[in-house]
Amino acid sequence: MSNTVKTLAVASAVAAALSAQATVANAQAKEKCYGVALAGQNDCAAGPGTTCAGTSKVDYQGNSWTLVEAGTCEEMELPAAADGSARKGSLAPLERDLPA
Amino acid sequence: MTVPQDLFAAALLDPARPVPEGLTDGAGRAAGRRFDVYRNNVVVSLSEALATGFPVIARLLGPQNMAGLARLYLRAHPPTSRLMIHHGTDFPAFLAGMPQLAHLGYLPDVARLELALRRSYHAADAAPVAAERLAGVGPERLLACRLGLAPALRLVRSDWPIFDIWRFNTENGAPKPRHEAQDVLILRPEFDPEPHVLPPGGAEFVAALQAGQTLGAAGDAGLAADPAFDLAAPLALLIQGAAVISLAEEGQDR
Amino acid sequence: MLDFAPPRDPLPAAPGVGYKPQHFAAATGDPGAVRWFEIHAENYMGDGGRPLAQLRHLAERFPISVHGVGLSIGGEDPLDEAHLDRLRHLCAWLQPASFSEHLAWSSHGGSYYNDLLPLPYTDASLARIADHIDRVQEALQRPMLLENPSSYLAFAESTWSEPDFLSELARRTGCGLLLDVNNVFVSATNLGFEPRAYIDAFALARVGEIHLGGHDRQSDDHGAPLLIDDHGRAVADPVWELLGYTLARSGPKPVLIEWDTDVPGWPVLEAEAARAEAVLARAAAPA
Repeated sequence: MSNTVKTLAVASAVAAALSAQATVANAQAKEKCYGVALAGQNDCAAGPGTTCAGTSKVDYQGNSWTLVEAGTCEEMELPAAADGSARKGSLAPLERDLPA
Repeated sequence: MTVPQDLFAAALLDPARPVPEGLTDGAGRAAGRRFDVYRNNVVVSLSEALATGFPVIARLLGPQNMAGLARLYLRAHPPTSRLMIHHGTDFPAFLAGMPQLAHLGYLPDVARLELALRRSYHAADAAPVAAERLAGVGPERLLACRLGLAPALRLVRSDWPIFDIWRFNTENGAPKPRHEAQDVLILRPEFDPEPHVLPPGGAEFVAALQAGQTLGAAGDAGLAADPAFDLAAPLALLIQGAAVISLAEEGQDR
Repeated sequence: MLDFAPPRDPLPAAPGVGYKPQHFAAATGDPGAVRWFEIHAENYMGDGGRPLAQLRHLAERFPISVHGVGLSIGGEDPLDEAHLDRLRHLCAWLQPASFSEHLAWSSHGGSYYNDLLPLPYTDASLARIADHIDRVQEALQRPMLLENPSSYLAFAESTWSEPDFLSELARRTGCGLLLDVNNVFVSATNLGFEPRAYIDAFALARVGEIHLGGHDRQSDDHGAPLLIDDHGRAVADPVWELLGYTLARSGPKPVLIEWDTDVPGWPVLEAEAARAEAVLARAAAPA
């Protein structure tokens, strides 16, 4: 990229920003709910009492854990391994290797 | 009979251990399942903090898998931070190390994206450089400037379509993920972190700016990664995303 | 961040509630009976963004009580100086009306358990906790309040009653006390003591704040009732009665409603605060 081309690119980026409406941050602004705001809060409440959540002797052995159902993973139809060439933005359909 | 905290803590996380002797019900009888109140609270509170911290991973895997993984995770990586807002730092690596999840190769990168969104949300505020000031400096001098970037900016690179996967699981009616590698730039123009897919070369451009190179040199870094790279779009994204917080001409401090 | 220092007034002897971000607009728009807010310190230890912006907005309008849940004052380990520094920073910025923590531990050997864990009441634990409180008050340059826990079990090695243990800590360190009336009721049921006797034995003159919250009802191995301090429902009627009993002896105090799980809409929480206001009014009326 020549300096002239870069100079034009910078000028167009700054011009685009100038024409965009500036906004002022305020605490009242309605949040976009990505679940970030309420993620991981400390509190001083006790949990589920004497239920078995923390006392099951089988659920803490990593090698015996199995995937039982697969939320939205199965709907997405993504291959099992990434292909580095995909970084180039290839839109060519690739063979789909559904999760087992 | 004393119950040191070593013993109490060990029995908390290991249900195979007996309830420590010396704990009673108030009438002198063994505490029994009363100890489970603490065991359950530790496991459930940390599992819930993980599920709320990684909502897309939780959706991808479904609640039963997420709960099981959370229990494994908290025993393999008991939290070292007292701040639940930072809970799950090791979760992406933990997912990558689970052979049962190897066929879902994108999970660790999606978890890294979620962690980056949360970190961006809690990052320090910083006033952006006004677009008027950038215009006043002029494009040629700007190319020789180093740009200070906002603390809330995050760059997450992946061989997977992590932005598409994230959107598919957070927005109703979002399209199915494409099969492509996606580099995501997280900006926080106000208080909400916003992920953007970068074009090829964009991640190299942003990384060069982060490393303190001039705008011109960063443009060259983008170009080296992709001959079609044009810095106009990612630069406009940075400016409009309030991510440029200082300017310094070469040889000056930012 | 150190650009903001509202005046440090004490908490009013009036209802407050635990602040939840989802209530921001409703709570600041129409606080109703709610006169002050409590925040959990650890949720405001990020570097910036919306949580701190909301807190600033709130603190410009209401007295704030900072309630720590992660300091592990009852721990055998030394206090975490980095965490103490975060607390110092938060309090210096916010200048809250009050800072409080728990008679409990939550961290050991570098692991954090995210729960308020119990401890024996012995001369050794008393000395250790008094040292920890001294260190906190020195670091924050202000007195703190220490809260009585909810107990699900007891330690055979304990040689102090809980009210006496707390009184002695207050006497040695000059700290105030935070009396959680629901915790008294929960512990009394779980360990089989008389809640009013506990209140009678408590150093009420040292109390700077009262907490109320909801509890769940389960049972132990012998079928005896085991109450769980889940902060997930309205305050139970016998706890309201115990609040009246307490306030009649202590005089009016700041009273907080805690609701941390299954958090309801703002009107439900505000109605709990209004009920606390009514109990406060009865306690203040001449007999």
